[in-house]
Amino acid sequence: MSEQKTVHFIIERQDGPDSKPYTEEFLVPYRPALNVVAALMEIQKKPVTKDGKKTTPVVWECNCLEKVCGACMMVINGKARQACATLVDQIPQPIRLAPARTFPVIRDLQIDRSVMFESLKRIRGWIDVDGSWEVNTAPIQNPYTAATAYEIAHCMTCGCCLEACPNVGPQSDFIGPAPTVQAYLFNLNPLGSFNKDKRLNALMEKGGITSCGNSQNCVQVCPKNIKLTTYLAQLNRDVNKQALKNIFNK
Amino acid sequence: MSKKNIIVVGGGLSGLMATIKICEAGGEVKLFSYCPVKRSHSLCAQGGINACMNTKGQNDTTWEHFDDTVYGGDFLADQTAVKGMCEAAPKLIKMFDRMGVPFTRTAEGVLDLRNFGGQKNKRTVFAGSTTGQQLLYALDEQVRKWEVKGNVKKYEFWEFIRIIKNDNGICRGIVAQNMNSMEIEAFRADAVILATGGPGVIFGRCTASTICNGSAVSAVYQQGAEIGNSEFIQIHPTAIPGSDKNRLMSEACRGEGGRVWTYKDGKPWYFLEEMYPAYGNLVPRDIASRAIYDVCVNQKLGINGENRVYLDLSHIPAEYLERKLGGILEMYSEFVGDDPRKVPMQIYPSVHYSMGGIWVDTKHNTNIPALLASGECDYQYHGANRLGANSLLSAAYSGTISGPEAIRWSESDDIGEELTDEQLAAAKQTCVDEFENIINMNGKENAHELHHELGDLMNRYCTIVRVNKELDLCMDELKKILVRWNDIGVNDKGHWANQEAMFVRQLHNMIIYAMVICKAARMRDESRGAHYKPEFPNRDDEHFLKTTIASYNAETHEPNITYREYDHSLIKPRPRRYDVAKGGK
Repeated sequence: MSEQKTVHFIIERQDGPDSKPYTEEFLVPYRPALNVVAALMEIQKKPVTKDGKKTTPVVWECNCLEKVCGACMMVINGKARQACATLVDQIPQPIRLAPARTFPVIRDLQIDRSVMFESLKRIRGWIDVDGSWEVNTAPIQNPYTAATAYEIAHCMTCGCCLEACPNVGPQSDFIGPAPTVQAYLFNLNPLGSFNKDKRLNALMEKGGITSCGNSQNCVQVCPKNIKLTTYLAQLNRDVNKQALKNIFNK
Repeated sequence: MSKKNIIVVGGGLSGLMATIKICEAGGEVKLFSYCPVKRSHSLCAQGGINACMNTKGQNDTTWEHFDDTVYGGDFLADQTAVKGMCEAAPKLIKMFDRMGVPFTRTAEGVLDLRNFGGQKNKRTVFAGSTTGQQLLYALDEQVRKWEVKGNVKKYEFWEFIRIIKNDNGICRGIVAQNMNSMEIEAFRADAVILATGGPGVIFGRCTASTICNGSAVSAVYQQGAEIGNSEFIQIHPTAIPGSDKNRLMSEACRGEGGRVWTYKDGKPWYFLEEMYPAYGNLVPRDIASRAIYDVCVNQKLGINGENRVYLDLSHIPAEYLERKLGGILEMYSEFVGDDPRKVPMQIYPSVHYSMGGIWVDTKHNTNIPALLASGECDYQYHGANRLGANSLLSAAYSGTISGPEAIRWSESDDIGEELTDEQLAAAKQTCVDEFENIINMNGKENAHELHHELGDLMNRYCTIVRVNKELDLCMDELKKILVRWNDIGVNDKGHWANQEAMFVRQLHNMIIYAMVICKAARMRDESRGAHYKPEFPNRDDEHFLKTTIASYNAETHEPNITYREYDHSLIKPRPRRYDVAKGGK
């Protein structure tokens, strides 16, 4: 039998939040259309390093494997992306996997992104409906505006844009592109716009939109191709208008 | 009086809907989930959600929706429950619209509707091809609002292990484990709702998320909950086959004009259109899957002799496709490399959904008092086959029933005494001991390899075509796998984010659940909906117009199978055909 083709992985591991990182290398049998999650699954089945040393299976987070849930975001060959949608054929080897260190590491490639969900509370990321009971029919919407909303509503809170943003990190309070742009989404909605002022005021506070340095990294890494910088710019104008309004209404 | 304290396990569409209803009634919710609830599997639903909006000049009625659902389910669904769901559907859509779901709209700004399988009228409301994601997000946002108000406490990255009953056998709490710290804790509640989704991962490769393992359902089944109609597993006709998972290609492709074909005698053969002239490519999923199986396996006419056929959208204008199906076409391009706007996609059927699940009454009570179940983990609404775009509906709708019913329990004297500290401690200790035993397992088997074998077995014997002697063989093999489970070796001995040890516990539950599916399939000697036996090709209403009930036998680990009458009083069962238009009602 001819020698089986393999894929070489160099994985940055870490046993716990305060442990020191180390690397382990693995060879995974190649097959067509192999993606990074599928390769990690192979390591689960045979947790043995390239040098034949038995080890523990690599820990990471995943659910849907269809690039919709946002769980499997990690840094692959230096770039933050979804592991399930990264085919090994499309990137150079050896393939380096590392956790997205903008977030606290839990173990290996698994990270704690709860800060993003907390930020969604801050920007009031919901429509204030009276209740789930029957009320009126919702207002009709301009289909073009609705299409824009649909684009932004794809955001799966994966955190690629936070990982890529130079202004997100210990040096700044910036909540990051994804949660910020969600404010724009809710302001676009006819009912959501009733609380537009509150959202814009929240973005004026520390860590809000003024912390965005317009580096444009976010839009390049967004796996859902959301035009983040366009909406950040629009929000910036809205926030400035709101600031003037606040002054005159004092 | 203290606030009502309800535990909801699972944060998909049904769990979140129930949570909202409980909060609105003044209750408090502890919400347990494997993952941040925003990442739950409901977001994989693509095509849409059915509701009679009747905005396309077709005189659509909720009765027609009801009849299509019952007929599509081959008359095995509880009709009172289905009728309630179909009548509530338009109201639910209005609720989602108010909550800000970015539904796809017509030029005049109202909600657009599309065709879906097994229905002649346009009845499917949709948000591009990511409807489930958008509906889930809307409820996630509303629950976040309740979280800020203090009514909801989320336990994300916690795994449900088992329920705890009081001395009267009433479910008054659960044991769960923090998936990072590995700490195991017992919790009190007035009532518990399971909304833990489907068991697809038992089949290894399927369209489900990796978290859809049926483990929670299996756990409560082993504690006395009955499972209904478990043999009815939906095989979705159009998925992209993959080695890690099969990725769904929405039925909306066919709804928007996609055609299924393969080459025969050198020419494209549109076999669904030929076999089923009345519905064509829009036959229900069980019918389409069987046809594709027949064409590939029996007639050996798959593409290049492989088990694949074409799903063709290339005749439809690219701009239209982008607007209606954008998200999934991008997914196909990304995972396969071809552009479906230009070349036909290659697809094959895949395990997709479980019509069966925990038996519940029309209020979503299980047979265990104060334990409720809703969403895909219950058996309600779909009978022997689910219509496309009815799953988001049943998930959301069932949450509007289970939530208020849990509140009713909490206000009733029937729930008896709350759990004592001793009962909590004992339940916790059982789970701690069990987990420590798993960590100390030093056998030869790898749990993930064993799971792979389980999936292969279930895929081979318990999917599109079922043969009694093969099901017997499958059962024997499952018993062997259950024994081999004891010989698993756990590589990771740590007590921090030990995914391997948790998987070993889940795998045990999966094997037990697999035996329920296999045995129930073995016992039902007829063909109905998704359950097809060539030895018994016809539906047998005389013997099997009944719900299959599985209850756990702790000695053999096998289910005891019995049959229960259900309500089919509203629409008289009639033969189900899709080659001609659906007959009278």
